Amino acid sequence: MEALSETKSRQADATEPLLEVADLHVHFESSRGIVRAVEDVSFQVKPGEIVAIVGESGSGKSVTALAIMRLLPRLTGRTRGRVRFDGKSLLDLSDEQMREIRGRDISMIFQEPMTSLNPLLTIGLQITEPLTIHLGMSDAQATARAIELLQLVGITDAEGRLDQYPHQFSGGMRQRVMIAIGLACNPKLIIADEPTTALDVTIQAQILELMKDLSRKLNIALIIITHNLGVVARYADRVFVMYAARLVEQGPADAVFHRPRHPYSMGLLRSVPRLDRPRGNKLETIEGLVPNLANAPPGCRFAPRCPFRIDICAQEPPLARTDTGTLSRCHRHAEIADSKIAWASGGAGVLKLDVERKRPLLSVSALTKHFPVRTKIGNKRALVRAVEDVSFSIYPGETLGLVGESGCGKTTVGRLILRLEQPTSGEIAFEGTNLLTATPAEMKTIRRKIQVIFQDPYSSLNPRMTVSQIIGEPLHVYKLVADSKAATGRVTQLLDQVGLRPELAERYPHQLSGGQRQRVGIARALAMEPSFIVCDEAVSALDVSIQSQIINLLEDLQQRLGLAYLFIAHDLAVVRHISMRVVVMYFGRIMEVADRDAIYREPLHPYTKVLLDAAPVPDPTVEKARAPRLIQGELPSHLAPPPGCVFNTRCPMASQECREIVPPLVEKRPGHYAACIKV
Amino acid sequence: MTMAAPALPTPTTRQPNAFVEFCRQQPLGAVSFVIIVLMMFAGLFSPLVAPYDPLTIDFASLLAAPSWEHWCGTDAFGRDICSRLIYGSRTALVIGFTSSFLGSTFGAVLGVASAYFGGKMDDWIQRFVDILLAFPLIVLALVVVAAFRKFVVGGVDVNLIVAIAIPIVPRVARVVRAAALSVRVMPYVDAARAAGYSHTRIIFRHMAPNVVAPYLIMLTAFIAQAILAEASLSFLGLGVTEPTAAWGLMLSGNAADFYREAPWMILFPGVAISVAVFAFNLFGDSLRDFLDPRFKV
Repeated sequence: MEALSETKSRQADATEPLLEVADLHVHFESSRGIVRAVEDVSFQVKPGEIVAIVGESGSGKSVTALAIMRLLPRLTGRTRGRVRFDGKSLLDLSDEQMREIRGRDISMIFQEPMTSLNPLLTIGLQITEPLTIHLGMSDAQATARAIELLQLVGITDAEGRLDQYPHQFSGGMRQRVMIAIGLACNPKLIIADEPTTALDVTIQAQILELMKDLSRKLNIALIIITHNLGVVARYADRVFVMYAARLVEQGPADAVFHRPRHPYSMGLLRSVPRLDRPRGNKLETIEGLVPNLANAPPGCRFAPRCPFRIDICAQEPPLARTDTGTLSRCHRHAEIADSKIAWASGGAGVLKLDVERKRPLLSVSALTKHFPVRTKIGNKRALVRAVEDVSFSIYPGETLGLVGESGCGKTTVGRLILRLEQPTSGEIAFEGTNLLTATPAEMKTIRRKIQVIFQDPYSSLNPRMTVSQIIGEPLHVYKLVADSKAATGRVTQLLDQVGLRPELAERYPHQLSGGQRQRVGIARALAMEPSFIVCDEAVSALDVSIQSQIINLLEDLQQRLGLAYLFIAHDLAVVRHISMRVVVMYFGRIMEVADRDAIYREPLHPYTKVLLDAAPVPDPTVEKARAPRLIQGELPSHLAPPPGCVFNTRCPMASQECREIVPPLVEKRPGHYAACIKV
Repeated sequence: MTMAAPALPTPTTRQPNAFVEFCRQQPLGAVSFVIIVLMMFAGLFSPLVAPYDPLTIDFASLLAAPSWEHWCGTDAFGRDICSRLIYGSRTALVIGFTSSFLGSTFGAVLGVASAYFGGKMDDWIQRFVDILLAFPLIVLALVVVAAFRKFVVGGVDVNLIVAIAIPIVPRVARVVRAAALSVRVMPYVDAARAAGYSHTRIIFRHMAPNVVAPYLIMLTAFIAQAILAEASLSFLGLGVTEPTAAWGLMLSGNAADFYREAPWMILFPGVAISVAVFAFNLFGDSLRDFLDPRFKV
């Protein structure tokens, strides 16, 4: 336990690396041939260091972690190379020896806190299990240690909670429990695979802060695998960027973020919408798709998508040291360093941001939705107030952003507008017609005008229908085209509109990539010739470079077709980029409504401030200069909402008055509404 | 092929050599398909295939062991078992397949509708299903057979088919409803609702094709059950009656009395039932995999 007493020293260079990965290759045998999931990956992690592996889905980052842990499927996965951890060569150990290391010296934290805990065992049992197995502790010792661990990860009343089951914990609390299990045996290294992706931003901030503190305090090295560049910027000392099974750039976080020396890193950083940058320009994108690893292109993997490719790129570039001290796998890194080639910002047109706010296209007033639920005892009905007294308007051609954490009712608002749910009370008017009292005939014409794009591109398309059937269906149902020949033409035209080639029409959804599927979803919505589209987390499930392509597509379509969007999302930066006005919701109620710039520059409501503060920005200088996070606590229970202002339980400025009065949404400044009595 | 489920998507690009493709992708399915075709062939052309008349009683060779003359031996009346098996495939296919198909299809529609509409409709359908499920399959079939008069069309007792189909309905409805509930909450169903499509369209076009897997498995599994139910009803004198050749009937009756002396009396009908059930199950599995576009590269 020398490491514990030693304060965290940043002179990590002098120390021996804790983990050394060299020439790591992982191949999978599949029916489509050999998939080279990881190729020639080498890196080192020093004791107590926080490193991040960044990359899009399919880049091989999770497989690398699993290969280090030797958790890959034995029958199909082949691992080659050297992995040295603490003086031992992990790939040469027997299964028995490896099991002793797993959980004791290296532990792993997974993405889904909902499914990575066993629902049938108590939390206490799950924390003490590694202690009794690896450290041979008695039950009493293990229990004492478990209580200590729960306190360490910030769970109050630790002793009482040991006998509880995972379902009695919230998502953030479960992730804390997972961390406690990971810490149980004083590991030297923790590998966290997307540890906060499934969590809300305010909870994400708490969890990351906790992991960082623990790493510093206990001198534990941390490998964070993530696609969120903001998270990397805030927490990582060093960054490894992976693309198509290879490490393309690695180095200190500051260098990689401020002076990237690989075109992929440059593109990635430029395609993220940022909270700290004004909007008005289009996002820059990396065109094309991640290559298929079963038959990857020869030479530089990024070359097909790279705007700077030259003849030499047909040959595999070596991982070369650059002027900033990073390693880059690019032939032209020296030219990038000399600014001879730079990512052109040309072509990115300025967007029209003003809309005429005369007659609203859609207006929602006092919309309320309560879901009845049965409580455990008897048949007494309780109410979940999912949406409470929500009012707003959307004008033709406008994008209204709707942000909030999970459970705040934003998706329910979308579903109510789409009439997928019946509101408890309130009014929804579209082009002057009240949707709740409209006749079936009126409704049929209006249905077509209001369309939807869903979050998950995998489940939003019927797997049994081809792309042309999916897009063509509304054309036939609404008789929008004369005959089947015209329908084919229209499908081709729609595919073209969303940037897909006509050959894709005969494919099934599973044969498409995530981004392509999302485009099909957009084409299906456009087929009805709508004037208003509800985008329910439409880009949240996509990779960064694909996300920017889809955002640009949505903006482009808006300009050309004059569409209005209700853009529901939890990602504040994306909402800031795409919206003209923003509505912030919390716990079923609207907290603040304002123009985009006003809300991001001068938020009035304390919740908006907290939300903006919790969102990480992909810039290490900005991030590391920021104060620790303000927000404490978790969302209150929906069955027992707090009296008065719903935010009073977590609000830093709440007073007695806030617990008594439900604050109305009032215009604090011209066009800027907030529901808070303190501002 | 009569087995195709309703509302299956049949993409035109696959049409010309779909069968060749099926055999290539699903070799076991092709084997089972051959068995089913042989059964159908035997059933359709029994008089041409069978070496003897199934009803001819031959007192010269009672309980004869299998020989070149009688491949599967003879029964207590000296009837050729091989011929009776061939004629029996008629009964098995017609009653087993038809009742299972009717019961499963109706059950599937009920299950999908129940899941789609939810609420009161779901409650009512499920309580009705509960009532039907309270009776064992054979008892319910017995009640229906006993309650209605024989209604013979083209040599087949329709009443018997319906009697066996009815108890299958709630069982399939329950399973399909469970599968349909998970499909019901898929965003693509929401997308179809938001597009304002009719209930019929959503049920048959968007939901039914996605519950084909459990439907096909239930369908093929219940063919076996139906053959057994038919045998049991026949044994009780309410189904197919002697001297008609039926596999189930051959297992019951005096076969049970002579199984020590003449094991072939139960061996061959037993094998016939097993092979048929096996073939239908395997075929159902392969068909499900083949029809699922997600299994395609």
